[in-house]
Amino acid sequence: MTLPLFTPDQDPGPSFLGLLERMGMGPPDITGPLEAGSVTHGTTVIAIRTTDGVVMAGDRRATSGHLISHRSIEKVFPADRHSGIAIAGAAGPAMEMVRLFQLQLEHYEKVEGSPLSLEGKANQLSQMVRGNLAAAMQGLVVIPLFAGWDERLGSGRLFQFDITGGRFEERDYAAAGSGSLHASTVIKLRHTPDLDASTAVDVVVEALFEAADEDSATGGPDPIRGIFPVIATIGPDGFERMADEDVAARTTVLLERLGDRSDR
Amino acid sequence: MNMPLYVSPEQVMKDRADYARKGIARGRAATAATYADGVLLCAENPSNTLRKVSEIYDSIGFVGVGKYNEFDQLRIAGVRHADLKGYSFSREDVDARWLANQYAQILGQYFTHEMKPLEVELLVAEMSPEGGDDRLFHLLYDGTVMDTTSYVVIGGEAEAIGVRLDENWSAGLQLREAIQVAVGALAGPDRELAPDDLEVAVLARDGERRAFRRIEGDDLGGLLG
Repeated sequence: MTLPLFTPDQDPGPSFLGLLERMGMGPPDITGPLEAGSVTHGTTVIAIRTTDGVVMAGDRRATSGHLISHRSIEKVFPADRHSGIAIAGAAGPAMEMVRLFQLQLEHYEKVEGSPLSLEGKANQLSQMVRGNLAAAMQGLVVIPLFAGWDERLGSGRLFQFDITGGRFEERDYAAAGSGSLHASTVIKLRHTPDLDASTAVDVVVEALFEAADEDSATGGPDPIRGIFPVIATIGPDGFERMADEDVAARTTVLLERLGDRSDR
Repeated sequence: MNMPLYVSPEQVMKDRADYARKGIARGRAATAATYADGVLLCAENPSNTLRKVSEIYDSIGFVGVGKYNEFDQLRIAGVRHADLKGYSFSREDVDARWLANQYAQILGQYFTHEMKPLEVELLVAEMSPEGGDDRLFHLLYDGTVMDTTSYVVIGGEAEAIGVRLDENWSAGLQLREAIQVAVGALAGPDRELAPDDLEVAVLARDGERRAFRRIEGDDLGGLLG
């Protein structure tokens, strides 16, 4: 690997994806459909906007067809200091998308000397999802959620995407993955305009619990193995992942509140 | 018939070296020095946008002096190389020594084979997160590489600044002392440098993955005062 020097007309600029392409390390061509059961899928992720920023969360299960392939994968990641990305869909391409997105933001910041705007980051991710369209048509769908703290507006913002790269900003909350329907119903019922980060954490714990209750591909809290949803808060101080013990404590409170369900 | 003009290789090399040295000496100097909690990178640079000091990778920093477009192109190539290497292998596999060698190859190539040598002098600094192994690589216009663990001065008047730095620098300085020593050496006895004339950054040993931090404005004023 030698130093990548380019003539001005060949220069990929601050784009890491452009650089990969120039170096012949671009994404592979995908031919022919894949069997759904042979690909690992990650499922439910949610994000809620709060008065303090955004709370993002994801369950820990990955499935291959009807089998559970991993019990403790992570689907919520920091994108950079002030934003986060959560992914649902084919786990392999999704993880790669997260990695490239993180690198792209850092690469841009280093080459240009200043970070992208939050809007710019969301658009960048939109282009990456669109770039995955051919793979999505073959069954490798990746649907991310993107959320971050907008320094300019002084508030949290969140974005939802579809497989074509369509980018939709949501005001209150967003969800993706197979359990998203049930999770968003819970959030819809619990959401208030003055929701703060701490209350929102309780809401996401409940939303993921109910999603896991109804959807076989969403994993519920697993106290036996000590596996709990990944929850992160994003505010003016940046992305912060909650400690597992805190999530465990919130889950215990929720279970006590829900009480005995044997009659339902 | 025209006789081909003979110029001895010694003369060619000397002319090229003089040319590069003259270009570099026109610019202001920069320095890097290790201190107790990392590596200090410090340049005299009145511009707020055209940077001499920048981040390459997690714990690797870059300082360039001389012709801006030339060292900036090398800086970007370094960022690209490091990000590509970290992407292909792992973040731990990216190191300053390899990068310094690559820079040396390019500088050497330009010096002997191209129309004109690159009029730049570079410094690649690497902070070791565990401490005790901070490294500074000093690259000359002809591809010469030197490595030290104490301090390096590059650019115009580097020798005089180096002498001043040598008097006051010692291993294990605190950040405040290190900045004062470095800025004092850059300024010399007859003038003072204000925060606006300086570009200061550190590779801080504070447990964060990305160690590069700029120290600007009031923060810098506070440390200088």
